[in-house]
Amino acid sequence: MSWLRIEKYIDTEPHSEEFTVNFLPMMCQHCNNAPCEPVCPVYATYHNEEGLNAMVYNRCVGTRYCSNNCSYKVRRFNWVTIDVPEPLSWQINPDVTKRTMGVMEKCTFCVQRIAEAKDKAKDEGRLVRDGEIQPACAQSCPTQAIAFGNLNDPESRVSKLSNDKRAYKVLDHHINTQPAVSYLNDIKYRL
Amino acid sequence: MSHHQTQHQHTECTSCEDAHPSRFRGGIVPTEAKPLTYEEVNTTVLAMLEPPTYRWWLFLALCLAAVAIGGVSWTRQILNGMTEAGKSHPDMWGGYITTFVFWVGIAHSGTLISAVLYLFRAHFRMPIYRLAEAMTVFAVLTAGLFPLIHLGRVWYFYWLMPYPNERAIWPNFRSPLLWDVFAVSTYLTISSTFFIIGLIPDIAVARDAAKTKFRKILYGITSLGWSGSHPQWKHYTAAYLFFAALATPLVVSVHSVVSWDFAMSIVPGWHATIFPPYFVAGAIFSGIAMVITIMVPLRKIFGLERILEPKHFDAMCKLILLTSGILTYSYGVEFYTAWFSNNEFERAQFWFRPFGEVGAAFWGMTFCNCIFPQLLWIKKLRTNIPFVFCVTILINIGMWLERFNIIVQSLSHEYIPYSWGWYNFSWVDIGIVIGSFGWFGMWMTLFVKFFPAVAITEIKEILPAPRRVAQGGNH
Repeated sequence: MSWLRIEKYIDTEPHSEEFTVNFLPMMCQHCNNAPCEPVCPVYATYHNEEGLNAMVYNRCVGTRYCSNNCSYKVRRFNWVTIDVPEPLSWQINPDVTKRTMGVMEKCTFCVQRIAEAKDKAKDEGRLVRDGEIQPACAQSCPTQAIAFGNLNDPESRVSKLSNDKRAYKVLDHHINTQPAVSYLNDIKYRL
Repeated sequence: MSHHQTQHQHTECTSCEDAHPSRFRGGIVPTEAKPLTYEEVNTTVLAMLEPPTYRWWLFLALCLAAVAIGGVSWTRQILNGMTEAGKSHPDMWGGYITTFVFWVGIAHSGTLISAVLYLFRAHFRMPIYRLAEAMTVFAVLTAGLFPLIHLGRVWYFYWLMPYPNERAIWPNFRSPLLWDVFAVSTYLTISSTFFIIGLIPDIAVARDAAKTKFRKILYGITSLGWSGSHPQWKHYTAAYLFFAALATPLVVSVHSVVSWDFAMSIVPGWHATIFPPYFVAGAIFSGIAMVITIMVPLRKIFGLERILEPKHFDAMCKLILLTSGILTYSYGVEFYTAWFSNNEFERAQFWFRPFGEVGAAFWGMTFCNCIFPQLLWIKKLRTNIPFVFCVTILINIGMWLERFNIIVQSLSHEYIPYSWGWYNFSWVDIGIVIGSFGWFGMWMTLFVKFFPAVAITEIKEILPAPRRVAQGGNH
């Protein structure tokens, strides 16, 4: 199930046949003022103290209200139980809970990797270093377009990027969701 | 003052007419040359409880078949997952929640007719209210199934209840869905209590006339020892007034809470402050329409023409006109607000509704709820019962479409254009909606054969009291 999708937009120019194709990777924005959280009747989705919009899969009863109220439409619902036969089931990540039908799921910024890095840092008696945690999307992006880290640390790569002049947050000034994810504007030169 | 008056209404003293001539103002005296007598009321209503004809069995079988379709559909959905319902992103809610709101709306007018009109001393409610109350209770029973049916994991539905558990987890009291649980269950409790209390004196009438042993036992237990003595009436009347007053706020609260499922969210087309009054008016509108839809065939089948007179239909149609007006105004306000707010998402949504892919649903709703009922301004049409029946059928359809427009159209056209979409009805989805009608019809069908579907004692209150001792006049 795609927790991160690439949204394709075709912008046409007025009075011209020219058009440009733009795209935007869209995943859970981990809103600080998340509309999905208060509507869940069973607290299956909540905000954790690190600012992550967390999801307790085995608490979800599947009212799907969170998805209705998500302005970014990034929550994905298990309409069926997906059974993966042996030996293909071995490719499934053992660090993540397997979701069954009737449960909502979403991008967690690979919470299992966060937990692992924090455990390791704790064992070594230090804080988590910037760049130590890499969500799967950031890891697989060849151009390193995705940065993840501690926004409260002014020296972290992600906090420098999100304070950049080019940074914007999707829909934030419309509906005040206060996303944790910032995007950087593309700079275009027209000759 | 009011206590004194109420007491008199229920104690059938023969001097009432002289003591309260004002009770008969406004055409309450039957207009026929020969008004009904107390005995005729008894015999007409009790005839409904006679052993059923093959047509009754046929209709019950039809309802049960529909319930079976619904049951099979639901079983399939539980086994195979919500994919059976044909839903997909972004339309997380569709036919189920539409039908849920539809039935909650139907459930509304029962309490309006029985409690609110009782407090307002509107006498036209007397022959109608029992059916309306039965409809209310059964419609809530139907509506209450849908929040379960639509759950992804229905086997954990009890997690929505605040029950003590070993994990010390409470439900989220900020969620409008939880408010729904409380609103609907409260409404079911109060409306069924009110319904059963209203039934007691009439069950006693049925008990006294019961012939079979089964019915003697059934009515003997359910009439709770009613003898019709003066002290019983005194307490009964006070209790009835109390329950009417208790049920009245629920007329407003239940559908307001249901509307908050939508109004509390941030979906364009849902997030609107007008929703509670708009939903309450719509609920009363659809509920009254459904009462008439049920009343017309029953009147014909059981020969209730002298009890359910055209003037009662006339009064109900006036309520339809009023609520249709409020509803039309609310539709207009939605569009005006979208335009006036200058919010591009709201504007896009309200452009999408009439001119989008399924604009037909919008125009169908407008025709059924706003335009066609306006013909009821003509008095001749208000008392033309086949015509009124057609209007109410259209209103039932229109009100289902209204909820469909609010729910599915809004979800299909939200903020992110990439996620615009639509969902298709599946057979399971439709089967469950059919099943809900069968379930409701089954309860109604059983009810009219087992309990007096028309209020015997209360109709007698609006008849001129017999001047001499009438035979069979006691109940």
